[in-house]
Amino acid sequence: MNACEKKQLQINACKVRMGAVEGVYCAKSGHPGGSLSAADIFTYLYFKEMHIDPKDPKNPDRDRFVLSKGHCAPGLYAALALRGYFSMDELKTLRHIGAMLQGHPDMKGTPGIDMSSGSLGQGISAACGMAKAAKMDGKDYRVYTLLGDGECEEGQVWEAAMFAGHQKLDNLCVIVDFNGLQIDGPISEVAGPEPFDKKFEAFGFDVQVIDGHDFDALEAAFNHAKTVKGKPSAIICKTVKGKGVSYMENQVGWHGTAPNTEQYEVAKNELCAQLSELEAE
Amino acid sequence: MAEMVKKATRESFGMALTELARENPDVVVLDADLAAATKTGIFKKEFPDRFIDCGIAECNMIGIAAGLATCGKIPFAASFAMFSAGRAFEQVRNSVGYPKLNVKIAGSHAGISTGEDGATHQCCEDIALMRTIPGMVVLNPSDHYEMIAAVKAAAKHQGPVYIRLGRLAVESINNNDDYHFELGKGITLRDGKDITIVATGLMVSEAVKAAKALEAEGVDARVINIHTIKPLDKELIVKAAKETGRIVTVEEHNIIGGLGEAVAAAVCEECPVPVTRIGVNDVYGHSGPAVDLLKEFGLCADHIAEVVKDVLKK
Repeated sequence: MNACEKKQLQINACKVRMGAVEGVYCAKSGHPGGSLSAADIFTYLYFKEMHIDPKDPKNPDRDRFVLSKGHCAPGLYAALALRGYFSMDELKTLRHIGAMLQGHPDMKGTPGIDMSSGSLGQGISAACGMAKAAKMDGKDYRVYTLLGDGECEEGQVWEAAMFAGHQKLDNLCVIVDFNGLQIDGPISEVAGPEPFDKKFEAFGFDVQVIDGHDFDALEAAFNHAKTVKGKPSAIICKTVKGKGVSYMENQVGWHGTAPNTEQYEVAKNELCAQLSELEAE
Repeated sequence: MAEMVKKATRESFGMALTELARENPDVVVLDADLAAATKTGIFKKEFPDRFIDCGIAECNMIGIAAGLATCGKIPFAASFAMFSAGRAFEQVRNSVGYPKLNVKIAGSHAGISTGEDGATHQCCEDIALMRTIPGMVVLNPSDHYEMIAAVKAAAKHQGPVYIRLGRLAVESINNNDDYHFELGKGITLRDGKDITIVATGLMVSEAVKAAKALEAEGVDARVINIHTIKPLDKELIVKAAKETGRIVTVEEHNIIGGLGEAVAAAVCEECPVPVTRIGVNDVYGHSGPAVDLLKEFGLCADHIAEVVKDVLKK
């Protein structure tokens, strides 16, 4: 990608972060930490990688995305809104009674959501089913799914990985948001789900480990994944939980806590400053 | 008149899937290393490219089925009831039920008649689990012909369906020309005015036998076959309550959460009459030949007739 394109992705990622934080603030609950760590991944997928059309969200030939770590819906919703699936104003109604944007993704009511998710470990299985359907029908769409690193403690993740490897689902791309933290603490202290690369390799995946905040690295990894034949891809993205909001970065406590008004103003100002800087360059 | 056959409903299920797949290219079948037992192997033989063996990983199988359904397939995912409805309950609830996906879940080897495998495999809770999921249709066919009809109806219905399959070969009772299967509609197999026996699955034939024996003793028992436990045919059951005043339910399932409780709830709200539940009395089963176990647990015509007589004495 050229410098201009990269800049635009960075600007969009900043707007996704602002939308995610605004949604969680307005909801007075939700998960900012993982939404922010995955913001660059959401942005790359929806603004560069996937073949999608916000005006035709049910097109049978579209690429699919399953947010297996469904609690990071605020980040995904912000990316979908920015991409034009629905208005940015919707983000303010997140988790409200009667709102379209549920606490976890609901495919029945939200344009652009390809699978309901939220119960950890289940999204990757559905993604495998979608990829298998493409193979059965001879279609060439690709399926992307984003897992949390803590989520990889669920046994079902590895049942699905076994399935994907065995079925040679080379149209499936599993992304792990490796931010190192889960609700009870660092993943290495809670249950030790690492190593991710060796585990996915053992299940027959092509594995890449990259910096999940570097758009050049994301581009190289996703482009490589498309060239892999006969095996599924895993892209382990090393990320910073809470990325972009100084006081949230690498703090376990911001996994599932909403900022109060004062904290929200700080976050908004920080993100606005980042955006201005990007736009001024 | 259709031929009288003695077949396990799991075998009828495998045959029905194969028949269905010839007409409908969207039908795909998943299993979890039990194709020989659930009889999806019959389908696999004719349609190997539309059969997916997920290995011994039932939770993933349900998720795979959900993903296939989002792409327009009509997946039938089969395993033992203990695993498809039991182990994978939460996957069925969250990945299939909540998004209202068009997945059909089959649970074979349900109930005590699983036999020698013993308590770990004798699932007597599947109906209870599946009927608590909003929007889930719960089917429990009583014989070969009903299973064939139920599989077709399940495929036609848009949304999640649970189908219970039995291991034990049973004689057909629905091999008559005017047999008609309609989702959510019970079938009155025998009219009667003294009491109503409401039965489901393999217990329907036992209920019919019990009613015949009771007739000889001057008791006029109505028999209703409930193949669809959810949505329940409340109208037919309330009518029976009004007309016969007493109900006995029979199911090869825990008396907690199954047909008996569903019938009792329906009757309570509309026309309270005594409802006596015959089933597995909140205990685990154990190993043994299926027919002997059914007798031991009171899931046979003799015991049904005795209970009916006791109820009528009260």
